[in-house]
Amino acid sequence: MSHNLAEKILQAHTDEEITRAGQIVTCRVSLVLANDITAPLAIKSFKGMGATRVFDKDKVALVCDHFTPNKDIDSAEQVKVVREFAREMNVTHYYEGGDCGVEHALLPELGLVGPRDIVVGADSHTCTYGGLGAFATGMGSTDIAGAMALGETWFKVPPTIRVEYEGVLEPFVGAKDLILHLIGRIGVSGALYRALEFGGPVIDNLSIEGRMTMANMAIEAGGKVGLFPADAKTLAYCAAHGRTGDKALKADPGAVYEQELSLSVTGMSPQVACPHLPDNVRPVDELTNLRVDQAVIGSCTNGRIEDLREAAAILKGRKAHKNVRLIVLPATPKIWRQAMDEGLFSIFMDAGAVVGPPTCGPCLGGHMGILAGGERCIATTNRNFRGRMGSLQSEVYLSSPAVAAASAIAGEIINPAKL
Amino acid sequence: MLVTGKVHKVGAHIDTDAIIPARFLVTTDTQELGANCMEGLEPGWVKRVQKNDIIVADENFGCGSSREHAPLAIIGAGIPVVVAKSFARIFYRNAYNMGLVLLEVGDDADRLNDGDTLEVDLDAGQIKNLTTGETVICAPVPQSMQDLLDAGGLVPYVKKRLAEKR
Repeated sequence: MSHNLAEKILQAHTDEEITRAGQIVTCRVSLVLANDITAPLAIKSFKGMGATRVFDKDKVALVCDHFTPNKDIDSAEQVKVVREFAREMNVTHYYEGGDCGVEHALLPELGLVGPRDIVVGADSHTCTYGGLGAFATGMGSTDIAGAMALGETWFKVPPTIRVEYEGVLEPFVGAKDLILHLIGRIGVSGALYRALEFGGPVIDNLSIEGRMTMANMAIEAGGKVGLFPADAKTLAYCAAHGRTGDKALKADPGAVYEQELSLSVTGMSPQVACPHLPDNVRPVDELTNLRVDQAVIGSCTNGRIEDLREAAAILKGRKAHKNVRLIVLPATPKIWRQAMDEGLFSIFMDAGAVVGPPTCGPCLGGHMGILAGGERCIATTNRNFRGRMGSLQSEVYLSSPAVAAASAIAGEIINPAKL
Repeated sequence: MLVTGKVHKVGAHIDTDAIIPARFLVTTDTQELGANCMEGLEPGWVKRVQKNDIIVADENFGCGSSREHAPLAIIGAGIPVVVAKSFARIFYRNAYNMGLVLLEVGDDADRLNDGDTLEVDLDAGQIKNLTTGETVICAPVPQSMQDLLDAGGLVPYVKKRLAEKR
């Protein structure tokens, strides 16, 4: 039978025949992931299960990226639990300190995820790897503990919503704007229990980094996965990151979709998600007189080198507004070094930015940029729930790196075209 | 199993940062997490809750992060059941893995008011509103979820599977 991308990948990992959405199947997993917040609970469950070893020491990744460098004693104790477990289990891919980055930027860079893989992670933004054609989805710690012990887990085959993009992208409009626009259109529960599958000429032309930015936010529409085909670009990316044996992947002709959307990007302006939900999306030009106190450029959504270059192109020769704290967090050590070598840090520092270490940090209100009551932040992150970045009385607006950089300069939320 | 408790009504898209803000994620202790349940929705929210009380929510309850601390915080607050129009996917799996029962009732959630006393029959999938006298029928718990609940959650379930493998 004809399979869409989600069904095709799941089928490659199960002996049961996939015939319909809603079917429950057990699949072998390619990689199991947890971080410094979710791994301690997973370890507790793992031990409770009576498990004594992980199913494959090379297929478990433990990335301490959320509260690291450890922000306080409690978070240091949690990382200690993860570190000791990693040593005890002889886990190959354990990261903290100088080789650690934001998990969803780090794992693709290390070549640990690729097309046709099934990746389960105790982090909701695990769906990022859909940008590479992996069926990657977030689960809770105990599900992850089960997968670490057994090397398999169950899935309900999701119905798929196919989204096709056509037209020509306007200046300062890119992947982040495409996904924000879609979430604004279908809502934060628009893809609940469903797979999103992306395609069309705009997607074909999009970089792998851009695809990962879009896949990253599938969960913000309630989606289980955000899937992209694996094309020549994907294979080149994977090969450049040390992977071998990957093959192209696309949906079968005649595959079944629950819903098909065709969207034109021509004339679309930069998009901003306003408080306090990612679906409260408006074109940037509709937002006026919104002064900002802080701008954050980074995260698993937009902390990659392409994002930093986009911000630097806007910031070059300019200064952040005196009332704005501009914080730049390259997502991995490799990206950090690359940005340094390309001279981007000089641009950021001349603009008055703080350049911090790779960390999830302020995105989830962890540390390194927490907001006080009444403060407003423009951020390239993925969630703007009430209190997400600090005080319940603070506000987070989500945008692309270009809009965040331009807003930092203007001191208010602004279209980069208007600088 | 019968659960009788008072309704605490919440809105749509209650996210995991509302259920348990990230600053409280430095522990895995159910009681400690429970003491801060819904702290991101309203500081001190949990003080109104008594054991066996019930959360009734609009659509997409539990959206956002994968933190299992969210269902744990609800359990830790003494709440055994959440009733909602719909649930977010990751939260749904987490809740059953932890032994928190979720009942999906669609628009019937509108017939359950803040402060009402409910009697929930988990086996029959039926909610009696003792305040209004109305009855709400829930979507049945899927068999695979029931298997998990019967096993006592995912931990004992995997324990059994591992023992079979040896």
